[in-house]
Amino acid sequence: MNEIYLDYAATTPLVPEVLEAVIDCLKNDFGNPSSMHSLGIRAEKRIREAAIQAANLLGALPEEIFFTSGGTEANNLAVLGTAYDKKRRGMHCITSSIEHPSVIQAFSHLESQGYDVTYLPVDAKGAISLDDLKSALNDDTILVSIMHVNNEIGSIQAIQEIGTLIKSKKVKPVFHVDAIQSFGKLPIRPELWGIDLLSLSGHKIHAPKGIGALYIKKGVCLQPILFGGNQQGGLRSGTENITGIVGLGKAAQWIAERYKSEPDYLPKLKDKLVRGIQQAFPNAHINGSLKNSAPHILNVAFPGLRGEILLHGLEEEGVYISTGSACSSRNRKHSHVLSGLGLNDQLLEGSIRISLSYLTTEEEIDAFLPILIRTVERLERYIRR
Amino acid sequence: MEKVMLLRYGEIFLKGRNRPFFEKVLLNNIRKALISFEDIKVIRAQGRFFVENYSDELAVVQALTLVFGLVSISPAYKIEKDYEKIAAVSKQLMEDELMERQEETITFKVESRRADKQFPMDSMTINKDLGGILLEEFPRLKVDVHEPDIQLQVEIREYCYLYSRIIPCAGGMPVGTNGKAALLLSGGIDSPVAGWMIAKRGVALTAVHYHSFPYTSDRSKEKVIELGKILTRCCGPIRLHIVPFTRIQQELYEKCPDEQLTILMRRYMMRIAEEVALREGAAALVTGESIGQVASQTLESLAVTNDAVSMPVFRPLIGFDKVDIMNTAETIGTYETSILPYEDCCTVFTPRHPVTKPRLENILKSEQLINGEELIQEALDNIEVIQLP
Repeated sequence: MNEIYLDYAATTPLVPEVLEAVIDCLKNDFGNPSSMHSLGIRAEKRIREAAIQAANLLGALPEEIFFTSGGTEANNLAVLGTAYDKKRRGMHCITSSIEHPSVIQAFSHLESQGYDVTYLPVDAKGAISLDDLKSALNDDTILVSIMHVNNEIGSIQAIQEIGTLIKSKKVKPVFHVDAIQSFGKLPIRPELWGIDLLSLSGHKIHAPKGIGALYIKKGVCLQPILFGGNQQGGLRSGTENITGIVGLGKAAQWIAERYKSEPDYLPKLKDKLVRGIQQAFPNAHINGSLKNSAPHILNVAFPGLRGEILLHGLEEEGVYISTGSACSSRNRKHSHVLSGLGLNDQLLEGSIRISLSYLTTEEEIDAFLPILIRTVERLERYIRR
Repeated sequence: MEKVMLLRYGEIFLKGRNRPFFEKVLLNNIRKALISFEDIKVIRAQGRFFVENYSDELAVVQALTLVFGLVSISPAYKIEKDYEKIAAVSKQLMEDELMERQEETITFKVESRRADKQFPMDSMTINKDLGGILLEEFPRLKVDVHEPDIQLQVEIREYCYLYSRIIPCAGGMPVGTNGKAALLLSGGIDSPVAGWMIAKRGVALTAVHYHSFPYTSDRSKEKVIELGKILTRCCGPIRLHIVPFTRIQQELYEKCPDEQLTILMRRYMMRIAEEVALREGAAALVTGESIGQVASQTLESLAVTNDAVSMPVFRPLIGFDKVDIMNTAETIGTYETSILPYEDCCTVFTPRHPVTKPRLENILKSEQLINGEELIQEALDNIEVIQLP
């Protein structure tokens, strides 16, 4: 059975270029970048090279890239590090109700320490409103954290407009963007968009797990959340994960090239997928909107079916998708993102997420559609009475 | 000075002429429980076992407390039958005991048994004399023959064994001395406890689990495998039978009255389990049912379920409250795994209003609506067998 992996928003396999770079690094560059001798210097150079590769994709400077253990740490560092640093200026933060748990939980930790957090609601399309943001901003606001692309439904926030709005204030709050899902799939220009902090993750772009990065605009101050040997300018102590860093750099370069050579690749695939589903199932419900969504994430509900059963049904046919996000499918609660859209219970339970990458081919979509149709029809015979 | 473990077994004594058989099975089970300890020796003696030649006492104790059929164990000093030495080791043992206690005054008594009548002193004399020596040595000690804090035990056999602690074990009877039964293992809290209780009576287990992919996930299957593995720690090896059950559920759903689905499903589960039991040489079925817990466990439902098979069905939890079952599950170590949330996406086949007082003739009529025998055969043909541990 040919397996079809359509769960790239959960994680991605290494592409050969990245695997090669990682193996080469494991074999040849075991040095500690902090060492005084030449092995250390070689390791340091490889890190610098990776920082350049990642920075290029953002139009940023390599010294603005700080490597972390992954997206969660990058988000934690951004939120907690800013809040601790700006505490004396104010204790109000703004975020959205559909952020990733690594942002939401960091904020609820801040709330327990006396900070005031505003969670902006989203509309049925999964977008926050600029008016809401405008009225939430006050002189006490030190941080606004809004994700670029939502990991469950793929909705895109108007980051550029949000950045412009925030930076028009007299007292400018720090603007953090969780770009973990959008990095490499949508253009991002922190410098032009008023972004101060931006989180990345390696394993969403075909680099290994256990590596991420935080872009920190020059001049923006943070307090560290890890303490130790003062690596990376004291902002992130801990010997650098050089293998992961090399992988992340290479993956950033790879995905940038893919994007540049064929910016329409993912949108076309998604379009084909959506049309196929809508043709076969007129009552399938696209969660969020199609217009304003990432080219690699589709969240769709089949009323009456349970997403989990559909997931296993597809698994039987060698197709891997997801319900909600993989991180949250362990706890049995409804996804906070889907509930945030105001979906009814039937749609909440019936939702699946199909996510693509540059590795996905048209042939795979062609093969997937009949399997999906067959599976949905097979399972629809047994809907709870 | 050598440390050994003294093992006691209880009920086996009652078994008269079968005793050698029971002892042999128990000895075998003990050896299996200790298989990971290199060079360890298990020795059979009159009415006792000894475990010798080990270093990690705590690990040996932990392994032995799980073995059904053992009543208690005692870590003991094994010394030559020389009274001077016995006195010296007694002092040392008492010193260790006193170090662990805070109280100003500690009561004790010496209790000796002289199995070797060649030994020159009788047990009364040993008690008195050793007691005297210890009183003189440790001013904190006081004699109390009724409820002492410390009981110094002296056993004079081919060697002398000295000990002060008796660690209770699981009790019950050695697994394998009372035949085999097939356990319907669901993944919930109850069925592992039911299996444990029956195994404790010396019954070997084989297990049957119903898997309804895609309605239940592979994670829930992994969970059942894990539960089975936990059970094998005290219940011996288990062959776990994973029975594909989706087709039967779908057929029942399409052709039979909604409110009867659960009871019908349970009857098919029982039938399949009975077939598996026969194949495996098991003489009974074991379920985790307890009266009134859910609609399918009313007296009427239990009777209709029971009617599906002719083999005896043991329900050791029948009169237990849920809390008691949960407590036992915690003790035997299955609770944490049982409450993992990977199941119950199977609500499709759960009727909203299940019958609580099913009538057998109605259920039998419904069963005419599907080709039960063929479906059962198909399920049996596609069983996946997993040998645990």
